[in-house]
Amino acid sequence: MSSALLHSLLDDAGQTSGPDWLKQVRVEARTRLLERGLPAARNEAWKYTPLRALESRRLRRVAAASQPVDVDPGLYTLAGVGSPRLVFVDGTLRPDLSDVSSVHGLAIESLGTALERDAQSLRASLGRSFDADAQVFARLNSALPSDGAVIRVAAGVKVEPLLHLVMLGSAGAADAYWQLRNVIELGEGSALRLIEHHAGGQGCSHLGNVVNQYSLHAGARLDLLQLQAAPDSVRLIRRSDAVLDADAHLEMRCVEAGAQWMRHDLAVALQGDRARLVSRGVFVLNGRQHADTRIDVSHQARDTACDLVWRGVADQRARGVFHGAITVCAGADGADALLSNKNLLLSDQAEIDTQPVLEIHADEVKAAHGATVGQLDEKALFYLRSRGIDEAAARSLLTLAFCRIAFDSITNEALHGQLDALLLERLPRAESAADTAQVTG
Amino acid sequence: MLKIENLHVRVGGKEILKGLSLEAKAGEVHAIMGPNGAGKSTLGNVLAGREGYEVTEGSVEYDRTNLLELEPEERAAAGVFLAFQYPVEIPGVNNTYFLRSALNAQRKRRGEAELDSVQFLKRVREKLAVLHLKDELLHRAVNEGFSGGEKKRNEIFQMALLEPKLAVLDETDSGLDIDALKMVADGVNAMRDPSRAFIVITHYQRLLDYIVPDFVHVLADGRIVESGDKTLALKLEEHGYAWVAQRTVAGAG
Repeated sequence: MSSALLHSLLDDAGQTSGPDWLKQVRVEARTRLLERGLPAARNEAWKYTPLRALESRRLRRVAAASQPVDVDPGLYTLAGVGSPRLVFVDGTLRPDLSDVSSVHGLAIESLGTALERDAQSLRASLGRSFDADAQVFARLNSALPSDGAVIRVAAGVKVEPLLHLVMLGSAGAADAYWQLRNVIELGEGSALRLIEHHAGGQGCSHLGNVVNQYSLHAGARLDLLQLQAAPDSVRLIRRSDAVLDADAHLEMRCVEAGAQWMRHDLAVALQGDRARLVSRGVFVLNGRQHADTRIDVSHQARDTACDLVWRGVADQRARGVFHGAITVCAGADGADALLSNKNLLLSDQAEIDTQPVLEIHADEVKAAHGATVGQLDEKALFYLRSRGIDEAAARSLLTLAFCRIAFDSITNEALHGQLDALLLERLPRAESAADTAQVTG
Repeated sequence: MLKIENLHVRVGGKEILKGLSLEAKAGEVHAIMGPNGAGKSTLGNVLAGREGYEVTEGSVEYDRTNLLELEPEERAAAGVFLAFQYPVEIPGVNNTYFLRSALNAQRKRRGEAELDSVQFLKRVREKLAVLHLKDELLHRAVNEGFSGGEKKRNEIFQMALLEPKLAVLDETDSGLDIDALKMVADGVNAMRDPSRAFIVITHYQRLLDYIVPDFVHVLADGRIVESGDKTLALKLEEHGYAWVAQRTVAGAG
């Protein structure tokens, strides 16, 4: 399929720098893209998120401006979260907005710098080919030169401060495209807490394309909050690929509270024995928002575990899609897999499609999955009203409570309160319940 | 304070209350007893304004207003409180936050000043002590993971905090051991007041040893078939509900 989108971005790839292997990766990805185009609607992975409209658009890469645009720090400041902070605007690192004062055992640099210093250490990550046509945007990300964050934690180091990685778009033209490639590596037995934060100024309408690659070596633990609070005019595509060695633990929270159109592919490979993924997530949609979350967990070693609890809320004419696939490979005996996805429809015209998929090729596996789409619990609603809380406030309160499972384990009260407030803003009749933004115990 | 006249209520197309009349004045405690399926819980739910209960005939006057016209939250602000037979678990909503929202929503509707967190917590501590409830319950989600006894005590705690004028207790004694029953009764007795009325719905006489009623009514097949003082409860305990049914049939014949 010929694609205006791909041609507009690929025909003028510009000068490319970097080692030969990387140039080769780009060329191969580019060739593949132009050959294969964007997936058609019959591609199962894109069935609920058609690309036809996007495909016909001509986009333009945002060039690094000689004069950096002014950015209001209020756009990305989070309560209870300080430095270290790394800020990317329109796909380019902004050292003037970042603060990466040295933290023992934590190395933070831009992808450009990291490539100049030691390209070879990035070969495994950047050399990855995305073979499935469904991974078209990761392929696109590979075909173009990219900036991004390279974050490495030395073996045995448990990083104390919370790292804030901000990715935002500035108010730009409707045809703007930017991308980022983030590489996050945790050495053996190390630990890191990271917030990936998508934000932006009202009115910007770019397409952002982010690929995150996480490697957790044996015994490492990553606590990750992905907070997607991009303006409602933005299109955002993310791919998060994680590989976990033995005894590694990825604890992940995803809050999708923005963007007009967003797709997130989360792929986690539990490669080492006893590797463990815990993920909680929620999307809260209104207007004509479209959000598609696609999770793919693969148990590849013994006694690996995943525990996925995701929630979705859609109001007005919004459309939510959730696909949760867990594969237990042959030999991954003793795997323990749990997937729960519950959804709330707040309007007759909203739609949520959910699809849990479990595929098991091993023995002695514990697996459970379930998905529901429903409305608020009438009994709970009446209980609150019978105590004097008016119906609209009761609905907001119950809806927020439904979402909180995604971040209730966050003990930073200020941050928790801000997440509450952020979601409440998106719920119906938020003004009457604005003071509901309070931390639960 | 409350005047129910000839109340007929349908639930799911089936008539449950069939001409119930009852009058309760401020300061009085009315016990409503009756066999399973008599319509006891329907009465509580209708008074609180639950959806799905269709009033086909009769009236309910509360404080000189038509109670049936009010939304549940308006009834609450007007002073009506229902202690649920099955309190609802609400994960994700903090108990303290819920109570403060409820109290302040009521106060706001009544045109009273809302309580700040200091004033609110002071009030909470006073009431908790009476019901021997642990502080820790306040920090949990509403009723989530509470034992049966804790849920019922939490209902009475809410009542104590919200200080209603008309409190309807729907089988608050069911599932309680004797210690919890006494705590619940202590909580209710501490709130007895010349300006407040109670309707205590129960299946067993036992609760009425601790909350001594001014009046006892027997509800059977959707209407009050017998009313008396507290000794009626003792007779019921002795003879069973069949005795009332027989007397009713005899009276009708």
